[in-house]
Amino acid sequence: VKPETPARPWARDIYDSFKRLKIAQVAYVPDAGHTQLILDCEADKQMKVVSLTTEQEGVAMLAGSWLGGDRGALLMQSSGAGNCMNMLSLAQEARFPMLMLVTMRGEWGEFNPWQIAMGQGTQKLLEDAGCIVQRVDRAEEIGEVVFAAGTMAFSTNRPIAVLIGQRVVGFKDWSK
Amino acid sequence: MNDRLKKREGTLDRREVVKAILDRRGDALVVTGLGSSCYDCGVHDHLNTFYLWGAMGAAAMVGLGLALAQPERRVIVVTGDGEMLMGLGALATIGAKQPQNLSIVVMDNELYAETGMQPTHTAKGVSLSGMAKAATFAYAETVYTQDELDRGIAAIYDTAGPALVDIKVSNKRYPMSIRLRDGAHIKNRFREHLLGEKAFD
Repeated sequence: VKPETPARPWARDIYDSFKRLKIAQVAYVPDAGHTQLILDCEADKQMKVVSLTTEQEGVAMLAGSWLGGDRGALLMQSSGAGNCMNMLSLAQEARFPMLMLVTMRGEWGEFNPWQIAMGQGTQKLLEDAGCIVQRVDRAEEIGEVVFAAGTMAFSTNRPIAVLIGQRVVGFKDWSK
Repeated sequence: MNDRLKKREGTLDRREVVKAILDRRGDALVVTGLGSSCYDCGVHDHLNTFYLWGAMGAAAMVGLGLALAQPERRVIVVTGDGEMLMGLGALATIGAKQPQNLSIVVMDNELYAETGMQPTHTAKGVSLSGMAKAATFAYAETVYTQDELDRGIAAIYDTAGPALVDIKVSNKRYPMSIRLRDGAHIKNRFREHLLGEKAFD
Protein backbone atom coordinates (compact mmCIF):
# COMPACT_ATOMS: atom_id res chain seq x y z
CA VAL A 1 0.00 0.00 0.00
CA LYS A 2 1.35 3.38 -1.01
CA PRO A 3 1.79 5.68 1.99
CA GLU A 4 -0.01 8.99 2.22
CA THR A 5 1.72 11.93 0.58
CA PRO A 6 2.98 14.21 3.36
CA ALA A 7 1.34 17.63 3.64
CA ARG A 8 3.44 20.34 2.00
CA PRO A 9 2.24 23.79 3.08
CA TRP A 10 5.13 25.38 1.13
CA ALA A 11 3.40 24.48 -2.15
CA ARG A 12 1.12 27.47 -1.50
CA ASP A 13 4.19 29.67 -0.95
CA ILE A 14 5.45 28.72 -4.41
CA TYR A 15 2.06 29.47 -5.93
CA ASP A 16 2.01 32.87 -4.21
CA SER A 17 5.49 33.58 -5.59
CA PHE A 18 4.28 32.59 -9.07
CA LYS A 19 1.50 35.16 -8.75
CA ARG A 20 3.94 37.87 -7.62
CA LEU A 21 6.16 36.98 -10.57
CA LYS A 22 3.18 37.08 -12.98
CA ILE A 23 3.80 33.52 -14.15
CA ALA A 24 1.30 32.88 -16.95
CA GLN A 25 2.38 29.46 -18.24
CA VAL A 26 3.24 26.41 -16.17
CA ALA A 27 4.58 23.24 -17.79
CA TYR A 28 5.15 20.09 -15.82
CA VAL A 29 6.01 16.46 -15.68
CA PRO A 30 4.31 15.43 -12.45
CA ASP A 31 6.14 14.67 -9.25
CA ALA A 32 4.56 13.80 -5.95
CA GLY A 33 6.36 16.81 -4.46
CA HIS A 34 4.54 19.15 -6.86
CA THR A 35 1.05 17.63 -6.49
CA GLN A 36 -0.53 20.51 -4.59
CA LEU A 37 1.20 23.20 -6.65
CA ILE A 38 -0.08 21.64 -9.89
CA LEU A 39 -3.62 21.60 -8.47
CA ASP A 40 -3.35 25.25 -7.38
CA CYS A 41 -2.06 26.32 -10.80
CA GLU A 42 -4.75 24.35 -12.63
CA ALA A 43 -7.42 26.00 -10.49
CA ASP A 44 -6.12 29.44 -11.52
CA LYS A 45 -7.96 30.57 -14.66
CA GLN A 46 -5.18 33.03 -15.49
CA MET A 47 -2.56 30.29 -15.75
CA LYS A 48 -2.09 28.14 -18.82
CA VAL A 49 -1.01 24.78 -17.47
CA VAL A 50 0.48 22.12 -19.75
CA SER A 51 1.23 18.52 -18.90
CA LEU A 52 4.26 17.27 -20.85
CA THR A 53 5.39 13.87 -22.09
CA THR A 54 9.02 14.73 -21.29
CA GLU A 55 10.75 17.59 -19.52
CA GLN A 56 12.61 18.80 -22.60
CA GLU A 57 9.28 19.80 -24.14
CA GLY A 58 8.90 22.24 -21.27
CA VAL A 59 12.21 23.96 -22.00
CA ALA A 60 11.10 24.55 -25.61
CA MET A 61 7.66 25.66 -24.45
CA LEU A 62 9.09 28.24 -22.06
CA ALA A 63 11.13 29.67 -24.94
CA GLY A 64 7.93 30.03 -26.95
CA SER A 65 6.03 31.55 -24.05
CA TRP A 66 8.73 34.18 -23.58
CA LEU A 67 8.74 34.95 -27.31
CA GLY A 68 5.04 35.69 -26.96
CA GLY A 69 5.37 37.81 -23.83
CA ASP A 70 4.33 35.24 -21.20
CA ARG A 71 6.47 34.35 -18.22
CA GLY A 72 6.62 30.61 -17.64
CA ALA A 73 7.79 28.04 -15.12
CA LEU A 74 8.74 24.38 -15.54
CA LEU A 75 8.16 21.81 -12.80
CA MET A 76 9.98 18.50 -12.77
CA GLN A 77 11.59 15.85 -10.65
CA SER A 78 15.38 15.50 -10.60
CA SER A 79 15.16 12.39 -12.78
CA GLY A 80 13.94 14.68 -15.59
CA ALA A 81 16.87 17.09 -15.53
CA GLY A 82 18.98 14.91 -17.81
CA ASN A 83 16.23 14.91 -20.44
CA CYS A 84 16.66 18.66 -20.87
CA MET A 85 20.35 18.85 -21.78
CA ASN A 86 20.37 19.69 -25.49
CA MET A 87 17.15 21.69 -25.22
CA LEU A 88 18.83 24.00 -22.72
CA SER A 89 21.08 25.17 -25.55
CA LEU A 90 18.05 27.31 -26.45
CA ALA A 91 18.33 29.17 -23.18
CA GLN A 92 22.08 29.53 -23.39
CA GLU A 93 22.33 30.60 -27.03
CA ALA A 94 19.28 32.85 -27.21
CA ARG A 95 19.37 33.90 -23.53
CA PHE A 96 15.84 32.82 -22.74
CA PRO A 97 14.80 33.25 -19.12
CA MET A 98 13.70 29.97 -17.57
CA LEU A 99 12.41 29.30 -14.08
CA MET A 100 12.69 25.61 -13.31
CA LEU A 101 11.64 24.00 -10.05
CA VAL A 102 13.21 20.61 -9.48
CA THR A 103 12.06 18.39 -6.63
CA MET A 104 14.98 16.23 -5.65
CA ARG A 105 15.16 12.48 -5.38
CA GLY A 106 18.17 10.30 -4.78
CA GLU A 107 19.81 12.43 -2.12
CA TRP A 108 18.09 12.02 1.28
CA GLY A 109 16.60 8.80 2.64
CA GLU A 110 16.09 7.51 -0.90
CA PHE A 111 14.79 3.95 -1.07
CA ASN A 112 14.99 3.52 -4.86
CA PRO A 113 18.54 2.94 -6.14
CA TRP A 114 17.49 3.93 -9.68
CA GLN A 115 16.98 7.51 -8.51
CA ILE A 116 20.59 7.95 -7.37
CA ALA A 117 22.22 8.46 -10.78
CA MET A 118 20.21 11.52 -11.80
CA GLY A 119 19.63 12.78 -8.27
CA GLN A 120 23.35 12.99 -7.60
CA GLY A 121 24.03 14.40 -11.08
CA THR A 122 21.27 17.00 -11.28
CA GLN A 123 23.10 20.08 -10.02
CA LYS A 124 26.28 19.44 -11.99
CA LEU A 125 24.44 18.62 -15.23
CA LEU A 126 22.22 21.69 -15.05
CA GLU A 127 25.25 23.88 -14.31
CA ASP A 128 27.14 22.33 -17.21
CA ALA A 129 24.17 23.12 -19.47
CA GLY A 130 24.43 26.79 -18.50
CA CYS A 131 21.81 27.02 -15.75
CA ILE A 132 22.24 28.95 -12.55
CA VAL A 133 21.36 26.52 -9.77
CA GLN A 134 20.01 27.51 -6.38
CA ARG A 135 19.11 25.06 -3.63
CA VAL A 136 16.54 25.28 -0.92
CA ASP A 137 16.56 22.92 2.04
CA ARG A 138 14.32 24.75 4.51
CA ALA A 139 10.57 24.71 3.93
CA GLU A 140 10.03 28.23 5.26
CA GLU A 141 12.44 29.66 2.66
CA ILE A 142 10.96 28.06 -0.46
CA GLY A 143 8.57 30.85 -1.40
CA GLU A 144 11.23 33.51 -1.10
CA VAL A 145 13.88 31.51 -2.95
CA VAL A 146 11.47 30.90 -5.85
CA PHE A 147 10.57 34.58 -5.98
CA ALA A 148 14.22 35.62 -5.95
CA ALA A 149 15.14 33.07 -8.62
CA GLY A 150 12.25 34.14 -10.85
CA THR A 151 13.07 37.80 -10.44
CA MET A 152 16.65 37.13 -11.47
CA ALA A 153 15.69 34.83 -14.37
CA PHE A 154 13.27 37.30 -15.94
CA SER A 155 15.40 40.36 -15.23
CA THR A 156 18.65 38.96 -16.56
CA ASN A 157 17.35 36.55 -19.25
CA ARG A 158 18.93 33.43 -17.85
CA PRO A 159 17.85 29.92 -16.92
CA ILE A 160 17.65 29.35 -13.19
CA ALA A 161 16.85 26.02 -11.57
CA VAL A 162 15.71 25.87 -7.96
CA LEU A 163 16.44 22.47 -6.48
CA ILE A 164 14.04 21.63 -3.67
CA GLY A 165 15.86 19.24 -1.37
CA GLN A 166 14.45 15.78 -0.77
CA ARG A 167 14.73 16.49 2.94
CA VAL A 168 12.05 19.18 2.51
CA VAL A 169 9.95 17.27 0.00
CA GLY A 170 9.85 14.33 2.40
CA PHE A 171 11.00 10.87 1.48
CA LYS A 172 8.68 7.98 0.90
CA ASP A 173 8.50 5.47 3.68
CA TRP A 174 8.16 2.14 1.91
CA SER A 175 8.69 0.06 5.06
CA LYS A 176 4.94 0.00 5.72
CA MET B 1 6.01 -5.08 -50.23
CA ASN B 2 3.13 -5.05 -47.81
CA ASP B 3 0.44 -2.46 -48.80
CA ARG B 4 0.78 -0.86 -45.42
CA LEU B 5 4.42 0.00 -46.16
CA LYS B 6 3.94 1.21 -49.74
CA LYS B 7 5.26 4.64 -50.42
CA ARG B 8 4.89 7.37 -52.97
CA GLU B 9 7.55 9.78 -54.19
CA GLY B 10 7.42 13.37 -52.97
CA THR B 11 7.72 15.77 -55.91
CA LEU B 12 6.75 19.22 -54.61
CA ASP B 13 9.50 21.83 -54.52
CA ARG B 14 10.19 22.90 -50.94
CA ARG B 15 11.05 26.50 -51.78
CA GLU B 16 7.87 26.91 -53.82
CA VAL B 17 5.80 25.33 -51.06
CA VAL B 18 7.24 27.61 -48.37
CA LYS B 19 6.74 30.66 -50.59
CA ALA B 20 3.09 29.70 -51.15
CA ILE B 21 2.57 29.31 -47.38
CA LEU B 22 4.37 32.49 -46.35
CA ASP B 23 2.78 34.61 -49.09
CA ARG B 24 -0.42 34.30 -47.06
CA ARG B 25 1.12 34.86 -43.62
CA GLY B 26 -0.50 38.20 -42.84
CA ASP B 27 0.20 38.77 -39.14
CA ALA B 28 0.93 35.09 -38.42
CA LEU B 29 3.91 34.24 -36.24
CA VAL B 30 6.34 31.65 -37.63
CA VAL B 31 8.75 29.32 -35.83
CA THR B 32 11.16 27.28 -37.94
CA GLY B 33 12.93 24.05 -37.13
CA LEU B 34 16.66 23.78 -37.74
CA GLY B 35 18.25 23.00 -41.10
CA SER B 36 16.50 23.24 -44.46
CA SER B 37 13.22 24.57 -43.02
CA CYS B 38 15.14 27.44 -41.46
CA TYR B 39 16.80 28.23 -44.80
CA ASP B 40 13.49 27.90 -46.70
CA CYS B 41 11.87 30.50 -44.46
CA GLY B 42 15.02 32.62 -44.47
CA VAL B 43 14.44 33.35 -48.16
CA HIS B 44 11.41 35.33 -46.99
CA ASP B 45 12.93 36.78 -43.83
CA HIS B 46 10.37 38.52 -41.62
CA LEU B 47 10.46 40.09 -38.16
CA ASN B 48 7.63 37.75 -37.15
CA THR B 49 9.80 34.68 -37.80
CA PHE B 50 11.82 32.97 -35.07
CA TYR B 51 14.53 30.70 -36.44
CA LEU B 52 15.90 27.68 -34.62
CA TRP B 53 19.43 26.70 -35.64
CA GLY B 54 19.64 23.93 -33.06
CA ALA B 55 17.67 22.36 -30.19
CA MET B 56 16.43 19.66 -32.54
CA GLY B 57 12.92 18.55 -31.60
CA ALA B 58 11.99 21.94 -30.09
CA ALA B 59 10.02 23.56 -32.90
CA ALA B 60 6.50 22.28 -32.17
CA MET B 61 6.77 23.03 -28.45
CA VAL B 62 8.20 26.51 -29.03
CA GLY B 63 5.13 26.93 -31.20
CA LEU B 64 2.82 25.77 -28.40
CA GLY B 65 4.25 28.20 -25.84
CA LEU B 66 3.97 31.03 -28.37
CA ALA B 67 0.42 30.04 -29.38
CA LEU B 68 -0.72 30.02 -25.74
CA ALA B 69 0.88 33.43 -25.15
CA GLN B 70 -0.64 34.94 -28.32
CA PRO B 71 -4.09 33.34 -28.67
CA GLU B 72 -5.29 35.98 -31.13
CA ARG B 73 -2.52 35.27 -33.61
CA ARG B 74 -2.02 32.26 -35.85
CA VAL B 75 1.23 30.47 -35.04
CA ILE B 76 2.82 28.37 -37.78
CA VAL B 77 5.67 25.97 -37.14
CA VAL B 78 7.65 25.10 -40.27
CA THR B 79 9.93 22.18 -39.65
CA GLY B 80 11.39 19.03 -41.19
CA ASP B 81 10.50 15.37 -40.80
CA GLY B 82 13.68 14.59 -38.87
CA GLU B 83 13.10 17.46 -36.46
CA MET B 84 9.46 16.47 -35.92
CA LEU B 85 10.42 12.84 -35.35
CA MET B 86 12.80 13.92 -32.59
CA GLY B 87 9.96 15.62 -30.74
CA LEU B 88 7.04 13.25 -31.34
CA GLY B 89 5.84 13.57 -27.77
CA ALA B 90 4.92 17.16 -28.60
CA LEU B 91 2.11 15.85 -30.83
CA ALA B 92 0.53 14.18 -27.80
CA THR B 93 1.08 17.26 -25.63
CA ILE B 94 -0.42 19.59 -28.24
CA GLY B 95 -3.32 17.22 -28.86
CA ALA B 96 -4.06 17.13 -25.14
CA LYS B 97 -3.92 20.93 -24.89
CA GLN B 98 -5.87 21.70 -28.10
CA PRO B 99 -4.58 25.21 -28.88
CA GLN B 100 -6.94 26.86 -31.36
CA ASN B 101 -4.26 28.77 -33.27
CA LEU B 102 -1.33 26.40 -33.80
CA SER B 103 -0.45 24.78 -37.13
CA ILE B 104 2.54 22.58 -37.85
CA VAL B 105 3.92 22.28 -41.36
CA VAL B 106 6.35 19.43 -41.92
CA MET B 107 8.53 19.80 -45.00
CA ASP B 108 8.91 16.06 -45.44
CA ASN B 109 11.72 15.02 -47.80
CA GLU B 110 12.05 11.71 -45.92
CA LEU B 111 15.73 12.50 -45.38
CA TYR B 112 18.20 13.89 -42.89
CA ALA B 113 19.48 16.27 -45.55
CA GLU B 114 21.98 18.13 -43.36
CA THR B 115 23.86 15.05 -42.26
CA GLY B 116 24.31 13.07 -45.47
CA MET B 117 20.84 12.33 -46.82
CA GLN B 118 20.12 9.34 -44.60
CA PRO B 119 16.46 8.20 -44.83
CA THR B 120 14.20 9.09 -41.92
CA HIS B 121 11.41 6.84 -40.66
CA THR B 122 8.91 8.63 -42.93
CA ALA B 123 10.77 7.03 -45.86
CA LYS B 124 9.68 3.68 -44.44
CA GLY B 125 6.00 4.57 -44.39
CA VAL B 126 5.75 6.06 -40.90
CA SER B 127 3.05 8.72 -41.13
CA LEU B 128 3.35 11.97 -39.19
CA SER B 129 -0.17 13.01 -40.12
CA GLY B 130 -1.43 9.63 -38.93
CA MET B 131 0.27 10.26 -35.60
CA ALA B 132 -1.20 13.75 -35.39
CA LYS B 133 -4.67 12.36 -36.13
CA ALA B 134 -4.22 9.79 -33.42
CA ALA B 135 -3.17 12.64 -31.12
CA THR B 136 -6.60 14.29 -31.73
CA PHE B 137 -5.40 17.10 -34.00
CA ALA B 138 -8.35 18.92 -35.58
CA TYR B 139 -6.72 18.61 -39.01
CA ALA B 140 -3.94 16.30 -40.14
CA GLU B 141 -3.19 15.38 -43.73
CA THR B 142 -0.32 14.25 -45.93
CA VAL B 143 0.12 16.27 -49.10
CA TYR B 144 1.60 15.06 -52.39
CA THR B 145 -0.08 17.18 -55.08
CA GLN B 146 -0.69 20.85 -55.79
CA ASP B 147 -4.42 20.45 -55.15
CA GLU B 148 -3.77 18.80 -51.82
CA LEU B 149 -1.30 21.55 -51.03
CA ASP B 150 -3.89 24.25 -51.72
CA ARG B 151 -6.29 22.56 -49.28
CA GLY B 152 -3.49 22.09 -46.78
CA ILE B 153 -2.51 25.76 -46.88
CA ALA B 154 -6.12 26.78 -46.31
CA ALA B 155 -6.21 24.44 -43.31
CA ILE B 156 -2.98 25.92 -41.92
CA TYR B 157 -4.65 29.32 -41.69
CA ASP B 158 -8.26 28.40 -40.99
CA THR B 159 -8.38 25.34 -38.74
CA ALA B 160 -9.78 25.90 -35.26
CA GLY B 161 -7.72 23.50 -33.21
CA PRO B 162 -4.25 22.11 -33.85
CA ALA B 163 -3.39 21.30 -37.46
CA LEU B 164 -0.54 19.35 -39.00
CA VAL B 165 0.19 19.23 -42.70
CA ASP B 166 2.88 16.79 -43.76
CA ILE B 167 4.09 17.97 -47.18
CA LYS B 168 5.99 15.46 -49.26
CA VAL B 169 8.70 17.43 -51.04
CA SER B 170 11.45 16.32 -53.41
CA ASN B 171 14.96 15.63 -52.19
CA LYS B 172 16.33 18.73 -53.91
CA ARG B 173 18.76 20.65 -51.69
CA TYR B 174 19.09 24.40 -51.66
CA PRO B 175 21.87 26.56 -50.24
CA MET B 176 21.60 28.31 -46.89
CA SER B 177 19.60 31.45 -47.46
CA ILE B 178 20.16 33.33 -44.26
CA ARG B 179 23.19 34.37 -42.25
CA LEU B 180 21.27 35.46 -39.17
CA ARG B 181 22.37 32.90 -36.60
CA ASP B 182 22.82 34.65 -33.27
CA GLY B 183 20.07 33.27 -31.04
CA ALA B 184 19.80 36.25 -28.71
CA HIS B 185 19.51 38.59 -31.68
CA ILE B 186 16.83 36.48 -33.36
CA LYS B 187 14.89 36.35 -30.08
CA ASN B 188 15.21 40.05 -29.34
CA ARG B 189 14.15 41.27 -32.76
CA PHE B 190 11.13 38.94 -32.71
CA ARG B 191 10.02 40.11 -29.25
CA GLU B 192 10.59 43.79 -29.89
CA HIS B 193 8.58 43.65 -33.09
CA LEU B 194 5.75 41.66 -31.51
CA LEU B 195 5.61 43.22 -28.05
CA GLY B 196 6.99 46.72 -28.45
CA GLU B 197 7.75 48.33 -25.08
CA LYS B 198 6.47 45.25 -23.26
CA ALA B 199 9.51 43.39 -24.58
CA PHE B 200 11.56 45.22 -21.98
CA ASP B 201 9.30 44.59 -18.95
